[in-house]
Amino acid sequence: MQQLIGELMRTYDLAQSPLRELNEELHRQKDGSNEAQWEVLNPRGGHAIAVGVDAPINIDVRGSVGYYCAGMNKKATVTVHGSAGPGVAENMMSGKVVIKGDASQYAGATGHGGLLVIEGNASSRCGISMKGIDIVVKGNIGHMSAFMAQSGHLVVLGDAGDALGDSIYEAQLFVRGKVKSLGADCIEKEMRPEHHEALTKLLEGAGITDAKPSEFRRYGSARKLYNFNIDNADAY
Amino acid sequence: MCGIVGLFLKNPKMEPQLGELLSRMLSTMCERGPDSAGFAIYGAAEDGRTKLTLQSATASEDFAKLKSALAKDKKLDAKLTLNDTHAVLSVPSDKLEDVKALIAADFPSVRTMATGENIEIYKEVGYPTEVAKRFDLAHMSGSHAIGHTRMATESAVTTLGAHPFSTGADECLVHNGSLSNHASLRRELIRDGMTFNTENDTEVAASYLTWRMKQGMNLGEALEKSLDDLDGFFNFVVGTKEGFGVVRDPIACKPAVMAETDDYVAFGSEYRALAGLPGIDKAKVWEPEPATVYFWQR
Repeated sequence: MQQLIGELMRTYDLAQSPLRELNEELHRQKDGSNEAQWEVLNPRGGHAIAVGVDAPINIDVRGSVGYYCAGMNKKATVTVHGSAGPGVAENMMSGKVVIKGDASQYAGATGHGGLLVIEGNASSRCGISMKGIDIVVKGNIGHMSAFMAQSGHLVVLGDAGDALGDSIYEAQLFVRGKVKSLGADCIEKEMRPEHHEALTKLLEGAGITDAKPSEFRRYGSARKLYNFNIDNADAY
Repeated sequence: MCGIVGLFLKNPKMEPQLGELLSRMLSTMCERGPDSAGFAIYGAAEDGRTKLTLQSATASEDFAKLKSALAKDKKLDAKLTLNDTHAVLSVPSDKLEDVKALIAADFPSVRTMATGENIEIYKEVGYPTEVAKRFDLAHMSGSHAIGHTRMATESAVTTLGAHPFSTGADECLVHNGSLSNHASLRRELIRDGMTFNTENDTEVAASYLTWRMKQGMNLGEALEKSLDDLDGFFNFVVGTKEGFGVVRDPIACKPAVMAETDDYVAFGSEYRALAGLPGIDKAKVWEPEPATVYFWQR
């Protein structure tokens, strides 16, 4: 019986009730919550839907969302059955966020952990300043993606736009398609066995079966911008 | 911030709904620009006639005087339709210069917002839904329209600082962003004979496009060139007699989303602006690419 109650679905219609009420309800959920299944209807591009959740619950959003959906997410699995506006899963800590459509600019920005899967395309600045999050994009990503990316993985099955990985630190970037251009201090690196292994896990985690790790190229930091170089003093 | 909405109808059957649809789109963008709002709407043309959209802070007085001044000269065949602080003056196209001279000479407080066969521009200070209601946008019809909600950054909150800006006959511009080289560019344009009404950065962009077109470029070429000459953040949506165009700066920080169906092409600063459009669930929805000029026209 407990199990059955645990499977009960809470449905929340944003055409009927305010967003603040939904987010407050979601914030009340804790580990072991009975209300583990949530469905959000009529998001209509609304901002900050399911932001700041800190419980292992499933949230299905039926439609497209606006700014900052699932921002700061911890433990929850948030699935958007539509497209997402700017800053989806921004500063995510853990859990999983899946976007069935496209994502707008700076998806997964500054994320510390968890997995962000974008089944369509992501636009500019995807994974900017990422700090440990894993991001898997089935389509293409826009310009300035992984700018100043510190750690974590960005996997792109399609193409990457201009200036990929500009001023990158230690994040690892895997791209299957074409890279329009690399940013400052970002270079192509060898795919060693440990990278094949990491990539296999990431693809598995994102539920991707039709891409082989051997089809990807790896990009990362040349580590030339880490320290001040006295030969460049004249440039300042 | 600032909000932009645009709707271009491919299906002429929807033309009576244009104002209603645009008004709903505009109302979703109030938070992005609560200080003023405006819109350009392209309605039906009357053969051989041109429309001027006029505005005055002392509208009832000015427009009453203007009406009697115009009535004195029967050959002018002028029709003046009042709408709140604005009025649409329709004149035979060959009398346009005479009427413009009359307004310039005797009505210094009357400003011309737009000139053209189809275009009308309305803009005022105030909350966007209130501005739309004042002018009864919901009951206007036409083939395409562009709306703007303004959160002022570069210059004062005034009627003339609101968007759209006219860039020429049947042409207009709205802008989300801020230009960083508008002061120096304004000086260059003034040297070349362009005139300005405000300290607004978007007016510089509008004037820049007009200036380029005076040099013989078409609007598409002028927009391409603007990518080289304008520095700063911009999403521009331009209206033309036949349709509308979209361009974003190469960095493309300012949000933009578009939707297309068999019936229409729509632009919004956010998806919220598009969410209420008919058939949006089946529409192709995408973000326009940076530094790329798009045009939709009949």
